[in-house]
Amino acid sequence: MKEKSSVFSRFGDKKNRGRLMSFALVIIAYIAVEVLLKTGSLGSMFSSLLVPITCYVVAAIGLNLNVGISGELNLGQAGFMSVGAFCGICVSGILANSISAGIPRLIIAIFCGAILAAVFGFLIGIPVLKLQGDYLAIVTLAFGQIIKSIFMNAYIGIDTEGLHFSFVESNFKLQPGGKMLLNGPMGATGTQKIANFTVGTVLVIVALLVVYNLMFSRSGRAIMAARDNRIAAESVGIPISRTKMLAFVTSAALAGAAGALYGLNYSTLVPNKFDFNTSILILVYVVLGGLGNMTGTIISTVVLILLPELLRSLQDYRMLIYAVVLILIMLVTNNEWLMTKWKSLFSGKAKGGA
Amino acid sequence: MADNTDKNMKAPVLDVQDLGIDFGGLTAVNDLNMQVYDGEIVGLIGPNGAGKTTVFNLLTKVYKPTRGKIYFDGKDTAGKSVVDINKAGIARTFQNIRLFGNLTVLDNVKTGFHNVIPYSPITAILRLPKYFASEKEINEKAMDLLKIMELDKYADYKASNLPYGAQRRLEIARALATNPKLLLLDEPAAGMNPQETAELMDMIRFVRDHFKIAVLLIEHDMKLVMGICERITVLNYGMMLAQGTPEEIQSNPEVIKAYLGD
Amino acid sequence: MQFLSYLINGLGLGSVYAIIALGYTMVYGIAKMLNFAHGDIIMIGAYIAFFALTKFALPFPLAVLAAIAVCTMLGVLIERLAYKPLRQAPSLAVLITAIGVSYFLQNGAQILWSSSSKVFPSAISTGSISLGSASVSYLTLITIATCIVVMICLTLFINRTKTGSAMRACSEDKGASMLMGINVNMIISITFAIGSGLAAIASVLLASTYPSVYPTMGSMPGIKAFTAAVFGGIGSIPGAFIGGLLLGIIEIFAKAYISTQLSDAIVFGVLIVILLIKPTGLLGKKINVKV
Repeated sequence: MKEKSSVFSRFGDKKNRGRLMSFALVIIAYIAVEVLLKTGSLGSMFSSLLVPITCYVVAAIGLNLNVGISGELNLGQAGFMSVGAFCGICVSGILANSISAGIPRLIIAIFCGAILAAVFGFLIGIPVLKLQGDYLAIVTLAFGQIIKSIFMNAYIGIDTEGLHFSFVESNFKLQPGGKMLLNGPMGATGTQKIANFTVGTVLVIVALLVVYNLMFSRSGRAIMAARDNRIAAESVGIPISRTKMLAFVTSAALAGAAGALYGLNYSTLVPNKFDFNTSILILVYVVLGGLGNMTGTIISTVVLILLPELLRSLQDYRMLIYAVVLILIMLVTNNEWLMTKWKSLFSGKAKGGA
Repeated sequence: MADNTDKNMKAPVLDVQDLGIDFGGLTAVNDLNMQVYDGEIVGLIGPNGAGKTTVFNLLTKVYKPTRGKIYFDGKDTAGKSVVDINKAGIARTFQNIRLFGNLTVLDNVKTGFHNVIPYSPITAILRLPKYFASEKEINEKAMDLLKIMELDKYADYKASNLPYGAQRRLEIARALATNPKLLLLDEPAAGMNPQETAELMDMIRFVRDHFKIAVLLIEHDMKLVMGICERITVLNYGMMLAQGTPEEIQSNPEVIKAYLGD
Repeated sequence: MQFLSYLINGLGLGSVYAIIALGYTMVYGIAKMLNFAHGDIIMIGAYIAFFALTKFALPFPLAVLAAIAVCTMLGVLIERLAYKPLRQAPSLAVLITAIGVSYFLQNGAQILWSSSSKVFPSAISTGSISLGSASVSYLTLITIATCIVVMICLTLFINRTKTGSAMRACSEDKGASMLMGINVNMIISITFAIGSGLAAIASVLLASTYPSVYPTMGSMPGIKAFTAAVFGGIGSIPGAFIGGLLLGIIEIFAKAYISTQLSDAIVFGVLIVILLIKPTGLLGKKINVKV
């Protein structure tokens, strides 16, 4: 333990505090929710949002690694979620007969979702990471669209003869008794709902561990160095493409895991669920939470998912208010005058207290 | 030109032969021949626009040469990338400071150990024992470098918040972390006051002796160049104008003409 | 000749994309921002034209003018209120603000006009002419002609007028332009005005071709036009024109010869391939970093 603390003491207390806060926040929130669930004081609407919230938190943490730490705008995170979701659903469907217990099957499905999304991340990363700036962003957008239209046209099923796959509906035939896993634009139907909040929370903690452990390591420093100054990073021997790829693939894998959990939380899931708007939504969580700030990402994701629900009484106006809140936050946080006033207010108070 | 006969016995660490590069129709560097030997401090001087930084960019493979060869440590460097050349043992600083502005001063130096003390991302994510051992070593060595460059008191500062002179020294510390055989310094004293420059001269000499490396530096501050360089190469219009000891260069009429005009 | 009619239909669709993409690319060139709300300006334009034609029974040209006027003012207003305060902010903050504006417009339209789609009256003659064996609707021809006129006017404006050269100066270097006495804020406003006006023209063409008007109608054409702008090299006006036309042709051909469902995947796939070969688009400038 002595050795560990000597390693971290030089990292600066701020970073350690941020990390501790993230974990504390997740654990406290989990306990609070469980208590509310046990006492039955959580409405059905909120309890149905618990698993989706953990999914979006995981996807957002992944995206923050890509956008905040690695500094590359990614407009296709929902695409990786989609890959994870449908992979997870298929894996769970295929294993339904051999593994009847839900939790181990869920974990295998999440793992497979993460792996397949990582493979997609790697393949798409090869062209994407050759580009820079807005050109890179548009290719991730294009990729998200491609994934969506592929799943809109994919037919996958399983029967006594094995796994069947086709892009054309009329070519697709299953033996009697066979099970349809993916049905083109209708997506996955009749999925066994095996996701739960506890596994979701564990996944959030795993995501935090992966991202923080990466951030405070040789690879993490390389990723941030490549973001801050490409040329200088190369000059100290950091291979830019490989470094950016690491962030990109890790981000994709986390989105894939999140997607698998999400997919197994509903009996039906349409490919349209993971469109450009979903990618943008996750990006909004990340930017509002603060680039590179994982605790902020968790808070902003939870708040922004709950906000429209809390505003439900305002009916049609809720999304309008959401939009206004979004614009105002950006205008206020980027206004230097307001921010210095805000900070001086705080430091003034601190001095008064001391 | 062959001023040091004893040096001709050894192979040079850097051997540049007939080096040249054209940008479109413009010849930026032409017919450059120069050698740097182990443990030497060599100056590269010349009027503004003479092509000094271009030479650095050629040596570090930012630009591919149009003509000529660069041998480092006896091996041809053709086809190597910027990353390869750093791994081979050439480290540099930049004229327009290029730090990792959002990282701490300490982390800036730690990035330099990327290939010196490597471990895999899996080791990092799983926090295997190798992670702790490597990080401890990186941390100690980085702090040593900060002490040498008198930056240890700034270790936890954000690099972009450092004063100008300290930023230049931090770039040197980061370059040294990559364990180079040859250190390229691009105007290390620019923006420093005479006091700081004098300290920098001591640091450069100390670094050369302590790490047993060769130093090639571009500088406009003649006091620094004449004070610490054992040999000097003068560039003008991308061509080598003169080469020799500080005394020879100072008395060379060609050099005086290039600097003062006709 | 099926091929010819596909080609002309592709040019028609591409012309709409090109007009929208021109707005995108101009705003990007001057303000260096991805204006994700651009697609929703199209939607507003379509609603204005719709109400002008139905409720106020205005003649078609007046309806188009009304749409242009409203969109132009809206574009300038959005820039002044939402983007101008963020001139110095990081680009991601501006992007998120643009997304906020996009949500605002979509949901505002939904509250004002409901989410159900409205049928856009066919104001342009529905007839067609035959070119050999292919028949081409007047609407398609008008769309292509409009796009060409727009492109010519814009090129003349940018290259021949004082405001146009001030725009080019601003896109090169805003700081230096300001020192040369150019009112940069004014130029940015004019750019937004022109871009939004073009969106209004595109909206009428789009609503006439696919005659339904609804709050999210601008999203997909917006994304496609953005893709077209990147295709041609974002920031380049001829690039946006060529990119738009190519995108339309590729989309129609993909639908006709390969698969209707997979046409979007093919369009975006081609984009990725193009960017692999030319990383800054067809006519984009190469970025050189000085070491």
